[in-house]
Amino acid sequence: MSPLLSLLGAVKRGSVAALFVLAGLALVRFPAYAQGAARGPEATPKAVAPFDMTGYWVSVITQNWRLRMVTPAKGDYIGIPMTPAAKEIADQWDPRKQEASGEQCKGYGAALIMTLPERLHIAWQDDRTLKMDIDSGMQARIFHFGRLERAGGKGTLQGDSVAEWVPRHGHRVPPGTRSNPAALYLKVTTTNMLPAYLRKNGVPYSANAVLTEYYDLSREPDGEEWLFVTTKVEDPVYLDNPLILASQFKKEAGSSGWDPMPCSVQ
Amino acid sequence: MKRPATGALLVLMIASFPGFAQIDLSGSWAARNYGDALGNRPGPGPSLVDYLGIPLNDSARERALLYSPSQVSMPERMCSLYAPVYIMLGPFGLKLSNETEPLNGTTIAWKIAGWEDMASITIWMDGRPHPSKNAPHDANGFTTGVWEDDVLTTLTTHMPPGVLRRNGVASSDQATMKLRFFRHDDLLTLTARIEDPVVLTEPLSLVRTFQLSEGPPFPGIGAPCVPGDEGVPVAAVPHYLPGKNPFLEELTKKYHIPVEAALGGAETMYPEYRKKLKQTYAIPDRCTSNCGGPGAYPLR
Repeated sequence: MSPLLSLLGAVKRGSVAALFVLAGLALVRFPAYAQGAARGPEATPKAVAPFDMTGYWVSVITQNWRLRMVTPAKGDYIGIPMTPAAKEIADQWDPRKQEASGEQCKGYGAALIMTLPERLHIAWQDDRTLKMDIDSGMQARIFHFGRLERAGGKGTLQGDSVAEWVPRHGHRVPPGTRSNPAALYLKVTTTNMLPAYLRKNGVPYSANAVLTEYYDLSREPDGEEWLFVTTKVEDPVYLDNPLILASQFKKEAGSSGWDPMPCSVQ
Repeated sequence: MKRPATGALLVLMIASFPGFAQIDLSGSWAARNYGDALGNRPGPGPSLVDYLGIPLNDSARERALLYSPSQVSMPERMCSLYAPVYIMLGPFGLKLSNETEPLNGTTIAWKIAGWEDMASITIWMDGRPHPSKNAPHDANGFTTGVWEDDVLTTLTTHMPPGVLRRNGVASSDQATMKLRFFRHDDLLTLTARIEDPVVLTEPLSLVRTFQLSEGPPFPGIGAPCVPGDEGVPVAAVPHYLPGKNPFLEELTKKYHIPVEAALGGAETMYPEYRKKLKQTYAIPDRCTSNCGGPGAYPLR
């Protein structure tokens, strides 16, 4: 019989000691909730974070390499569910003109940037704001938990991002089973983006695009940590259906690899 | 007072232990092959001698260079099934279902239905151990799973030799694969960590996305495979001799990717590799084949 089942059996038989052990285990299992309870309703997004995303992360590019590590040829649209209108624009892409007009950062907008080869530095700016600095293109993304004070207004390359911790148990649960209420992931919704590129070779997205991202973390037995980012770009102007991508980042011990580079068309 | 407190704790504990925590993954999940449009591409699959981003060791690279794509036309191999690693490499969607214990309804296994060229995978959830390291390996492999904070985490062992990319990069029978199933809304993100001491210098991490299909359920398996004559005689093994692979410079000619990069290695996975490329890479003028475009990705 497993230790858990033995413990449950002891509780059933009225063992007070077993009851205390169970209570202890429950608190260990739900540390954020235990802290939140102690603080009452004021627990902040930072305090209830189910996992720690802060630190330095390096992208690991094992898929779509020649579309991500380098700028592919004009007309290379493989893997993008684009509309004819998008193709018409992308077919006009000219890297020299893009450079000459000072628009090198169009390949570093929020809808594309998480798939580029890069390092991230993530830190809490305050109890309700997560900041992500990105060395590739020297960009910064700000994830606001709760209501965004500066909603709307002039669009920006990285747009306005609203973040929330979302329980996985919102999904249907098989009969007779239970979900873990402490199992959360980070969902970030970004709007108000300036038009930019879905691929560095000029495939456009419009100001109407909406970016939804899901952040997950995994930990290996040897302590290695990975951050997985699933992105969904919806654009009624330039996409036939949502563009769904995923990228992966490995945690680094420090900032030694951090290498800020300005935006580049290449 | 004691009974309600005990009951509440029991509920809390049941909810908090991975073996009990679970969400529903069942259904037909359509592949959204945008994140690896080159690797998961239906039909021909990735370009030959494209080992970009694979942490290959030298001997595995040499072996991959001997590969001829005509090997799939060998009568002996035409109907063989890929190892479970193929779940990350193939173009197909997933059909997931759970198998329940009839008396109490608990899930004892999750099933991933087979494709026409991949056997089904059973993920045992009942705590059974993996077989001895000396046990036979077969096309299904042996997979166990646990729930970790509502993420299904599985480990597959006992796989036969297979592929790490569908262009001749082989995996050995020593390979293991850890999968994680992250569900968000109607999306399923599947991550893999493949370890293979014979082939890889460090683990190969891959990620794919799927979307819950609103169409009819996927078929559980493809049409039966019937071996035919595709021009390769029985007992012949199409291959290239060392140093004679005619596709060695394929990526350089088509995409300006240097041969050194195309041959892969752990170094090519990381951002620093761009600095090496700066000296040698220039954007090609125009895409000439397999370029995608409007209408190339209808939703299924």
